[in-house]
Amino acid sequence: MRRLLSVLEFYLVGYRRTWRGSVFGSFLLPVLYVVGFGFGVGHFVDLGGRLGPVRYLDYLVPGILAATAVQVAFGESAWPVLSRFLWIRTYHAMVAAPLRIIDILGGSLLFVLLRLVLTTVVFLLVTTAFGAVHSAWALAVPVVCALLGLAIAAPVYALSAQVDTDSYFPLLGRFVIIPMGLFSGVYFPIAALPRAVRWLAYASPLWHAVDLCRAATLRGVDLPWPTVLGHLAYLGAWAGLGFWLAMRAFQRRLAI
Amino acid sequence: MLVTAFGTGPQGRLDASVRRSGAVTRRNLAALRSAYWLVVISGLVEPFLYLFSIGIGVGKLVGTLPLPDGRQVPYAAFVAPSMLASSAMFGALSESTFNFFGKMKFMRLYDGVLATPVRPMEIAFGELLWAMARGAIYSAAFLIVMVLLGLTRPGWALAAYPATLLVGFAFGGLGMGLSTYMRSWQDFDLMGTAQLALFLFSGTFAPVSSYPFALRLLVEATPLYHAVELLRGLTTGSLHPVLLGHAAYLVVMAGVGLIVAGRRMARQLLK
Repeated sequence: MRRLLSVLEFYLVGYRRTWRGSVFGSFLLPVLYVVGFGFGVGHFVDLGGRLGPVRYLDYLVPGILAATAVQVAFGESAWPVLSRFLWIRTYHAMVAAPLRIIDILGGSLLFVLLRLVLTTVVFLLVTTAFGAVHSAWALAVPVVCALLGLAIAAPVYALSAQVDTDSYFPLLGRFVIIPMGLFSGVYFPIAALPRAVRWLAYASPLWHAVDLCRAATLRGVDLPWPTVLGHLAYLGAWAGLGFWLAMRAFQRRLAI
Repeated sequence: MLVTAFGTGPQGRLDASVRRSGAVTRRNLAALRSAYWLVVISGLVEPFLYLFSIGIGVGKLVGTLPLPDGRQVPYAAFVAPSMLASSAMFGALSESTFNFFGKMKFMRLYDGVLATPVRPMEIAFGELLWAMARGAIYSAAFLIVMVLLGLTRPGWALAAYPATLLVGFAFGGLGMGLSTYMRSWQDFDLMGTAQLALFLFSGTFAPVSSYPFALRLLVEATPLYHAVELLRGLTTGSLHPVLLGHAAYLVVMAGVGLIVAGRRMARQLLK
């Protein structure tokens, strides 16, 4: 455990220098989305009244929260991981120290988790100030977002540990991450989607997390417990499978 | 007599200049590799994703929105020209800032080019042409889909097409002018944020008439607003003399950007 924490400490020391830049991507941009859509488009959605008694802003905030977790997780596990293998060789240096592979991977993912929780908590505080949070269950949102982040980060870690060029990442971003953000019920209920696309939404981890977060921040949305457990299990499965694949990929690439 | 006039007169000088700009454009074409094609195609897909998600999905929540002339249109028809203008902006800016900056500062490409008879202004013009060629393909595809989805009529789509080229030209010129001021890659993060703010607040997803007054004034000074209004006026067929004003704004922006880029490149590269 101490070895794992020393890996985490390594990333934290680095983050002390770079946290200002991350405020931009993980905080300012989502706030712009909330203001632009929640207030701008929300005005017209609320006029139409098609969401029932729920304000569009309140509907949108939990979705953007979860979508931000996906962005942060993807951003932390694509280029940074590849560069630690290929360009700055941090992982090779770590293997030469008395660290096991599990410490290297675990400490690194622990840092991603910490960033996810931090981003989500700050975002939650700001949106509470906007009056968009209506239930004490919101306290569970950082946990859900952290799990969602892990469900994205772990498989991407596994990919980044196997490739030799970064040209996969823009494609992954454009064909997987962005469509996931657009069609997983963040901006509108997926009931509006054609049946085939709806199944893609069900398959995406983001939809499960959005459903949980929305139930947690809105008043009077009751998810039955089996559904909650099902969502959590699905996210956990992605995280677990991803971790296993990442572990194997790390072992292979860092074999001495 | 004719030959000398053709070779050295103002007309001849212009022809040669255009030819040299064309050579800069053709170099980019020759340097295309297979991986880059995938990136080009993936840029084609993105505006469609937004159109289907926001235009159609959120459109079911919104219903219809008013145009400046008071006519109500379905939300998808309101948002589609915004996506068209934004994708022209993103395409032109990525080519004219990120790639242009890399070629100028890191690949040192233009040091080599300037050793030939090509002049800085001709590089700026050639690169701009390249940025527009990419945008021209994207816009054509998007307009065709708009017609197929019934979001505009074929005639209006044809009328809007040259306007999309103007939008690409304007943002390409702006981008090139800006990138001569960029110091490092970090400056591009700042630009990315600015681009996103424009994307969200240029009357793209909701009419500016619904914005608070101060924000509205600010938005009306920024370029994407004019591009969106111009294209929306054309694709929805609500013509108005104000459209000419929007077009003039874009023409001026392209011109200023190009002149600034040409001058500053001359100073930075011809030492």
